Parts: sequence; structure tokens; C-alpha cells
Amino acid sequence: MPTVQTVLPSLTPLLPELVLAVGVMVLILYGSFRGERSVEGVNVGALLLLLLALFLVMSQPAGTKVTTLSGAFVQDAFSKVMKSLVLLGSAATILLSRDYFQRAKIDRFEFPILIVLCTIGMMVMVSANDLIALYLGLELQSLAAYVIAAFHRDDLKSTEAGLKYFVLGALSSGMLLYGASLIYGFTGTVSFPGIVSALHEDAGFGIVLGIVFVAAGVSFKMSAVPFHMWTPDVYEGSPTPVTAFFASAPKMAAVAMTVRVFIGALPDVTAIWQQIFVFVAIASMTLGSFAAIGQRNIKRLLAYSSIGNIGYALIGLAAGSEEGIRGVVIYMIIYLAMTLGAFAILLSMRRRNEMFETIEDLSGLSRTHPWLAFCLAMMMFSLAGVPPLAGFFGKFYVFAAAIKAGLVTLAVIGVVTSVVGAYYYLRVVKIMYFDEAKAPYEAMAPGLRIVLFLSSVVVILFWLLPAPLVGAAGAAAKSLF
Amino acid sequence: MIGLSHYLTVAAILFTLGVLGIFINRKNVIVILMSVELILLAVNINFVAFSTHLNDITGQVFALFVLTVAAAEAAIGLAILVVFFRNRGSIAVEDVSVMKG
Repeated sequence: MPTVQTVLPSLTPLLPELVLAVGVMVLILYGSFRGERSVEGVNVGALLLLLLALFLVMSQPAGTKVTTLSGAFVQDAFSKVMKSLVLLGSAATILLSRDYFQRAKIDRFEFPILIVLCTIGMMVMVSANDLIALYLGLELQSLAAYVIAAFHRDDLKSTEAGLKYFVLGALSSGMLLYGASLIYGFTGTVSFPGIVSALHEDAGFGIVLGIVFVAAGVSFKMSAVPFHMWTPDVYEGSPTPVTAFFASAPKMAAVAMTVRVFIGALPDVTAIWQQIFVFVAIASMTLGSFAAIGQRNIKRLLAYSSIGNIGYALIGLAAGSEEGIRGVVIYMIIYLAMTLGAFAILLSMRRRNEMFETIEDLSGLSRTHPWLAFCLAMMMFSLAGVPPLAGFFGKFYVFAAAIKAGLVTLAVIGVVTSVVGAYYYLRVVKIMYFDEAKAPYEAMAPGLRIVLFLSSVVVILFWLLPAPLVGAAGAAAKSLF
Repeated sequence: MIGLSHYLTVAAILFTLGVLGIFINRKNVIVILMSVELILLAVNINFVAFSTHLNDITGQVFALFVLTVAAAEAAIGLAILVVFFRNRGSIAVEDVSVMKG
């Protein structure tokens, strides 16, 4: 008979999640009592909650690894960095969404609440230390995300995006779970440290099958090829602030979850999953750069760009080393800044309540809005990997780690695809600077300005002061090994 | 004697049927929701079979969590399907195709 645990588990490592969970319930009550008049208050409340949680995450001790809830939840330097990114992405989404939803007349108090719920799920994913916690965090994130994809409920495209996201997301959760059940069955435990000690180099067929299914499930969530097919449709159909959210915070969480599972629970069977991620990385980079060439819709273009970017980040994971994971974390930090900046610009393309989202609508932007065009050009150069912008360093760290781990072919393919990708990023710059100017757009909303300013600062000035970000990423990677 | 491998085989067959149901089905979105449930139930058979085989309660706890989440998932799926139906007037799989490419 195991002894019954009578003491409450320590809740201090969970403090940010608890603050968000309790806070969001207060917001739900406030919203349902005040009805539609509460929108402003709930938005501000959700933003403050996310910033409070960010402050709490930042003030957690970084040096030590603390587990709680019988080992299901871990707090370390890695969770600290990735949770900060998740919270920044969610907070930026609320800033980006306000003006858009007001003009689209779907400005309802449920949106910030769903964002916060989704954020709690993502934070649990980042901190999960066993398969049950991982699954619950993932589902909390996904269920909220399905609803916000269909948030514009009178719009055919948005509801279709929600339906597609739901069907494929549920399938991916099922595959992940099937893999989890096999790993549980053949190791006898769900906890990651337990799985590490139960596994040996010569894992049996059941384990291999389990790893393959888990890898398929997480690839869906990260939208990596060959499980990317939902991404362009969902990105195009969802309301633009929701697309900005999908491209930012959940990507951070999905990558963090992948790192947790494969580095945290399966480090001794690297040989099995390394090949999977080498393949997934090559396929994502290739598809991301070739399929984007023909796109005219900027949201679809950014969807393919995000598929490609996940491919580059996965190079670091495929390397499987501490340096590789550091590269992944740096890449995700920079990717977050580039994506949010690009979406802030996309959201400001509006004339008399009509939103524009094709590449042609950008033509001559340099004459009508020189600063906006300059920022977008910087984002595009950075995504293409032109030094000294931040995107170059993101790629540099993962490629260096891959070469050190002996994956030279992978690094070479990465460089080639980023040259191909540069074509469509530079085409956007060409259209903005050399094509016929169109009528100017309306002035940017304050929320968009804040997000665009902060992300431009990170992207343009990263080379001046890379030490804090690289140092934090290094500490994060170190805490996993 | 029915052993672990029999349960695993049944679960594997149900899982495959569920996945095929999602991809081959060309008729109705409700069938897809049913296929998703089939996948989750296959996983539950796996968990419970492993749990009794290993004499470890964790698998059954996991199965209960999966059941709970599956209920929430079905509710959200049906809700999204209802708003989609209001806009499109149909829930045939081939009509879920406004965006393509």
C-alpha cells in the first residue's frame, strides 16, 4: 500500500499559472454580469493579468530545477524563457486585436478570456514533466484555439478555418495520445525522468512506434511538414489578430513541448528520433520556401513562412545537443519578434473599414508610409536571413550547432532553402519600394504601434546587444542537460 | 486465454479505422467527429490494457482524463459545426472548401 500524501504539494512554482487561472475566472464572472459593456474592462484586465504573470515568471529563480505536483510539473530556466515568450505573444495579441475587432463589430469579451485560457494551457505544456500534464496542457491550449479560430462566427471563412483546425487538431491529439499510450505501456511510467531510466539504446518496436506517433502529433501542433496542411487555410480564414496569435505564442509552446519530450524524456534513444526530425526539418524548409513563391495573400505567405521557420528551428532539435537547443531558443525569440512585427503591419493595412491582405496592396508603401515600409522591409530582410538583422543570428546559431553535431548536409540544405526563400521576401520589398503607389492607409492604432515598435527594436538592434538573449537561451538549454 | 496482445490488436484496429474514417470519408463532418471519438477510445483501450498488465494505476487515471477531455472536445467540435452550418447551410465534407491551395 503506498502511503497517502497528506501534505499539499508546493504551489510556488505554479504561481503564474494559478494567478492566470484565478484571474480569468474573475474576468469571466465580470464579463457575464456586465455583458457587452464589459469588453473594454475585460481586455485591460486580461492584458494586466498576462503582464503580471510575465513579471512572476521573470522573478522565478533560474538556477535551480524545481518539480512539484508529484513530479508532474517542472520549473527551470527553460520553462522561464519559453513561458516569457508565450506570455509576450499572448499580450501582444490582445494589443493587436482590440482595434480590428471593434471595426469588424465582433468585439466581444470572450476573446481575451479565451486567449488567457489558451495561455494557461501553453504554460502547462512548457512545464510538463509527465505525459498526463503534457496532454492536459495541450488540450487546454487546443480547445481554446479551435474556438478563437472560428471567432468571427458569422463569417464563412472563419468558421471553416475553425472546423478544419478542429478536425486536424483532434486527429493530431489522438496520434500523440496513441504514441503516449505505447510509451507508457512499454516503459511502465508516464513521468519523463522515469521514462529516461526505463529506456535503453536498443528500444523495442513498441517504443519506436510510440516515438513515431508522438513525433507526428507534435509536428501537427508545430505545423511542420508533412503535417502542415491545416496551416495555410487556418491562417487565411481566421481573423487576422487570431492568425497573429497562432503564428506566435502556440508555436513557442509547441516547440517547447517538443524539446521537453524529446530531450527531457527520450535522450538515450536520440538515434531513433534524430532521423525523424532531420526529415521533418528538410521537408519543412523546402516546402516553406518553394510553396510560398506563388502566394498572393500575405496571410498565406506568412503561413508558409512559419512552416519554413519551424523547419530551421527543428535543425537545432535534430542536432540534439545543448548548443542545438540554445539555437532553437534563440531562433524562437527572434521568430516571435519578426512574426509579431509583420502582423502588426498587416493589421494596419486598412482604408475605410476595409482590410487589405494581398501583396499587391503593399505596392508603393514606401511613398505613402515610409516608416511602415522601412519596418516591413527590415522584417522581410530579417526573415530572409540578411546580416546584421536578427534573423541572420537565429539561423547562424542553429546551423553552427548542426555542423558541430555532424549534420552538414542538413545545414547545407538549410542555407540553400533560405536563399530560395529570400526570393519571395525580397519580392515584397521590391513591390513596396519600386511599384506604383496606391492611396494611403489609415493611421495605425496605438496597440499596433507598440507591438511594431518593440519587435522592430529587437529585429534591427539585436546585433548591438545580443548577450542578454543569447545568455538566457544558453541557461535555458543548460537546464535540460 | 485473452492476453495483452489481443487488446492491443483491437485498439490498433480501432485506431486505424478512426484515422481512415477521417481521411476516406467524403460525406459528412459528423462521421469525422465519430472517427475522432473512435481514435480516443482506441487509446483508452490501450491505456487500460497496459495498466492491468503492468499492475499500475496510472494508465487508468490517464484513461479517465482522456474521457473527460474527449467530452469537452466533442462539445466544442459540435459547436463549431453548428456555426459552420449556419453560414454554409451544409455539413458535407466537400463543402468545407472555400479556401484551397
